[in-house]
Amino acid sequence: MASTDLTKPVDADGPSSASSVSSETPEDVAGLEAGLDALESYQEERTPIWRTLLAKVGPPTLAIAVLIGIWQIAYSAHLKPEYALPSPAQVWDAFMVQWHKGDVFDILWVSLKRAALGFLMALAIGTPLGLVVARVRWIRAAIGPLLSGLQSLPSVAWVPPAVIWFGLNNSAIYAVVLLGAVPSIAQGIISGVDQVPPLFIRAGRVLGATGLRGVWHILLPAALPGYLAGVKQGWAFSWRSLMAAELIAASPDLGYGLGQFLQQGRDLGEMPMMITAVFLILIVGIGIELLVFSPLEKLVLRQRGLLASTK
Amino acid sequence: MSQTVHEKPAAAAAPARDAVQADGHAVRLTGVSKSFGRGGAPVLDGIDLTVAPGEFVCLLGASGCGKSTLLNLVAGLDKPSAGAIDVPGGRPALMFQEHALFPWLKAGKNIELALKLRGMPREERKAEAQRLLALVRLDTAYDKRVHELSGGMRQRVALARALAQAGDVLLMDEPFAALDAITRDVLHDELTRIWADTGRAVVFVTHNVREAVRLGQRVVLLSSRPGRIAREWTIGIPQPRRIEAPDVSALSIEITEHLRGEIRRHGKH
Repeated sequence: MASTDLTKPVDADGPSSASSVSSETPEDVAGLEAGLDALESYQEERTPIWRTLLAKVGPPTLAIAVLIGIWQIAYSAHLKPEYALPSPAQVWDAFMVQWHKGDVFDILWVSLKRAALGFLMALAIGTPLGLVVARVRWIRAAIGPLLSGLQSLPSVAWVPPAVIWFGLNNSAIYAVVLLGAVPSIAQGIISGVDQVPPLFIRAGRVLGATGLRGVWHILLPAALPGYLAGVKQGWAFSWRSLMAAELIAASPDLGYGLGQFLQQGRDLGEMPMMITAVFLILIVGIGIELLVFSPLEKLVLRQRGLLASTK
Repeated sequence: MSQTVHEKPAAAAAPARDAVQADGHAVRLTGVSKSFGRGGAPVLDGIDLTVAPGEFVCLLGASGCGKSTLLNLVAGLDKPSAGAIDVPGGRPALMFQEHALFPWLKAGKNIELALKLRGMPREERKAEAQRLLALVRLDTAYDKRVHELSGGMRQRVALARALAQAGDVLLMDEPFAALDAITRDVLHDELTRIWADTGRAVVFVTHNVREAVRLGQRVVLLSSRPGRIAREWTIGIPQPRRIEAPDVSALSIEITEHLRGEIRRHGKH
């Protein structure tokens, strides 16, 4: 406790040592200090929301318009026969048919629910796993390379064995999603922990944050930016793995998700349906990224002053 | 290897003050040596140093004299190879050259974390953090993010966080070295005032002779490779001192001569 009742320094400099400190200078110092503080600190300017939106939405919209234009030109030039390359309008019609049947959301929901559940399980497994690998040297030596190797293994490769192990059911699908997402989430927290400045750990130890308290109060929050990057990638891997699994492991018991929708388009030889499915898969991936992960990442970076304000 | 008496567990906060009074020292190093690696050359060699309760000691030395190593040992971040370190007042606070504030916490919460880790009940923390911020004249900084503060303000928050710790020893490792001269002058005045207000013992490491003379009651000169205590001065100039004052300058010149002498010795081999 920073109390004021301790005896003055034993090695006396004469009676003036302590009392004269509070004579006349403090006011001058306080004024000087206030001036310095005002001169040297800065207020972060937030750009108005409409301008951010315009800057964010404008260019991609333009790019999409150009792409659709090229597509239309390719169609009009008959680069491919019509059954292989439908026009944008035909795809739109196919989508509207699906829309009016009212099952677009059902299809999306089946897949999204699976992806979200698989992703949450991957988080629950990957986070402690990554933490242990990051902190325990011999475990890291043992399975660290395996984890980064698994990251580069396309998760489609797991579909056939998973079907044999678990049968054609949701367990097989979740197994594929987990095998795809867990390594990148674990890798995310490992690199997050690796990037924590040693100074924070030392400062924490000085304050008494050692052992588990050090992990909770210092290590985890300090590793958060790197961890979030891994979590984001983990979501992308969950979604990808799920689509691969749904596409290959089609069975009436499995419910009708986006992958099955795409597969059905293929079975029917319906190219507009297939392209609709591809677009829906893409839109979900981009949408989750834009609506969930990018704002989360920005929030964390802005709080820490790691985001250069874009002017 | 001789016995190593190190800090008591951090919880020993309240009874600390009595222990200090009875023992008569805030920090005592007896024959402390430190070398890194097996059979490495010693960085510190046979340091004997006693810091009285409430005393302000400046450790001065050129690079390679092991001043930071010495502070790490006293702070308990590292163990001496030989000798004993006694800090009866509990875990000392340590301030670094970098502010080392946690960027995921606002200024006030940084201080509250220190209070929490020393075991202060939740409902007392906010008031205490605000009191400490007022002590470093940053009453308005409670809700500020670390990156919104200037370099000088960050060091003051770091000082407030260090004062939030229960121990009665404050170790400072060149805390103002990265600041501009004007800010550093102001912080010297502030540190002198806060030291007098709180009565903590301060061990202040620097390579800046004037800074040492400006601040310390005692200046201890360390030799380099290995670090040994070469000489020490007791400074009788009354506080508040000005770094430009003639008596501060005169003593700085004298001490600088000795520091240069220490450095020259290394050019001869």
